[in-house]
Amino acid sequence: MASAITTLAADAPTLSAANTGFMLICSALVMLMTPGLAFFYGGMVRVKSSLNMLMMSFISLGIVTILWVLFGFSLAFGTDSGSLIGWNSDYVGLSGIGITELWDGYTIPVYVFAVFQLMFAVITPALISGALADRVKFSAWVLFSALWVTVVYFPVAHWVWGAGGWLFELGVIDFAGGTAVHINAGAAALGVILVIGKRVGFKRDPMRPHSLPLVMLGAGLLWFGWFGFNAGSWLGNDDGVGAVMFVNTQVATAAAMLAWLGYEKLRHGSFTTLGAASGAVAGLVAITPSGGSCSPLGAIAIGAIAGVLCAMAVGLKYKFGYDDSLDVVGVHLVGGIAGSLLVGLFATGGVQSDAAGLFYGGGLAQLGKQAVGVFSVLAYSLVVSAVLAFLLDKTIGMRVSEDVEVSGIDQSEHAETAYDFSGAGGGISSRGTAAPAPVAAASKKVDA
Amino acid sequence: MKLITAIVKPYKLDEIKEALQAFGVQGLTVSEASGYGRQRGHTEVYRGAEYTVDLVPKIRIEVLVDDVDAEDVIDVVVRAARTDKIGDGKVWSVPVDSVVRVRTGERGADAL
Repeated sequence: MASAITTLAADAPTLSAANTGFMLICSALVMLMTPGLAFFYGGMVRVKSSLNMLMMSFISLGIVTILWVLFGFSLAFGTDSGSLIGWNSDYVGLSGIGITELWDGYTIPVYVFAVFQLMFAVITPALISGALADRVKFSAWVLFSALWVTVVYFPVAHWVWGAGGWLFELGVIDFAGGTAVHINAGAAALGVILVIGKRVGFKRDPMRPHSLPLVMLGAGLLWFGWFGFNAGSWLGNDDGVGAVMFVNTQVATAAAMLAWLGYEKLRHGSFTTLGAASGAVAGLVAITPSGGSCSPLGAIAIGAIAGVLCAMAVGLKYKFGYDDSLDVVGVHLVGGIAGSLLVGLFATGGVQSDAAGLFYGGGLAQLGKQAVGVFSVLAYSLVVSAVLAFLLDKTIGMRVSEDVEVSGIDQSEHAETAYDFSGAGGGISSRGTAAPAPVAAASKKVDA
Repeated sequence: MKLITAIVKPYKLDEIKEALQAFGVQGLTVSEASGYGRQRGHTEVYRGAEYTVDLVPKIRIEVLVDDVDAEDVIDVVVRAARTDKIGDGKVWSVPVDSVVRVRTGERGADAL
């Protein structure tokens, strides 16, 4: 039955209400990952910069959405040119697309595909922000993320997923974005922090997470949303591959969480909350490229390997002295590389494609292709991101002053405080109805 | 008059309050404090990075009492706060020159 539907769909795709509905829900699920990421990161920083951390993710929902509609979708998924970039003037402003026009070869409208992919474009720059905690001017971050999606994300998405993109044509398997999203963001994070440097007090001051419950909440939202991210990436449910992906997402994430916890229990003596949350995210990252090609047992192996590797990798920043504040490199770059390469070992050849990995008699061919995907995206993103950060730093400046950083970026960049538990905090409103208002308002006018 | 200050384990607050009420103390002031004594702090681990947390959370209780009650009140607090484990805290008293009840302007022992 399933194969009959597949054949029919392949012959003459018609709009499927089921697939369209499913994909709209998946798009909403992926959207929720960005606020989830905001909480995941926001809880991990100190209280004085928690709002800034939340905003660095949240603002992406604004910036990237607009750019995607204006030209991003066209650059990533328009007609290929030179295997490097796409363009389709009908996609500019999403204005030349018929409402029932189907995405080529699929049973969902172009609009649905465009909005689903939009959510991926939104979260990718947000992922980078975790490495830049406490110290980047908000205006510089806004500009950086707009430039970054334009010259890095849109082209790389085209390479990996666009028809005609060179990695796509090479046969690199990246089911839902291990390369295009996670390696891409992780490498960018490394590129930027090598340019802008460490937080004041890195390795000297205690930089404890201010709210682990927020981190857990964020990890939970990410895990939930990731089902849309992963299972939705097959763009429909006619042949069961999306369901395999869904199962493997759960299985690998569970394995990675347990593996991370086991590693840190042996190594540091405790099962930590942050370890559980981080392990889960590491598993989600690693299964993203690989979950459509492995078996559930393979997913356990991939998750467990990624969990341990990432748990080990988060310590590297202290050894090498780069301030990857919230371990974007340690979790997303390392997890993304692990997942993408493990496709070459664990692909069964019986799910997403018939390309089998080393453990399933497929030899080293797929592993080689995966390696090309991994290292080309890593190198491109690392270099271009570093150049962008360098140019912005030389022009408008990437960092806030040391004074602002030490006293807390929330107040200087956002004029807000995350939590007010103090009854004695007080303050005088210059616009409200409080009695002293005229005085305050008058002095403000003089200033202006 | 004496000001008795006690730095104690936070979860002992209710027992101490009840013991003081039973003794007849009319009022007290409580604030959150942090610090360390011989107990020192503890170690926390975040993604493998170890932090030594020197300052542990404590509760500071302040009570104003008449000179004659001072030693008894100290005993009451110490008895209620004790767990026999390291980190139980400290209690001390200092002489107080004058005390005024804000509402009535009463001074000295009358203001207690």
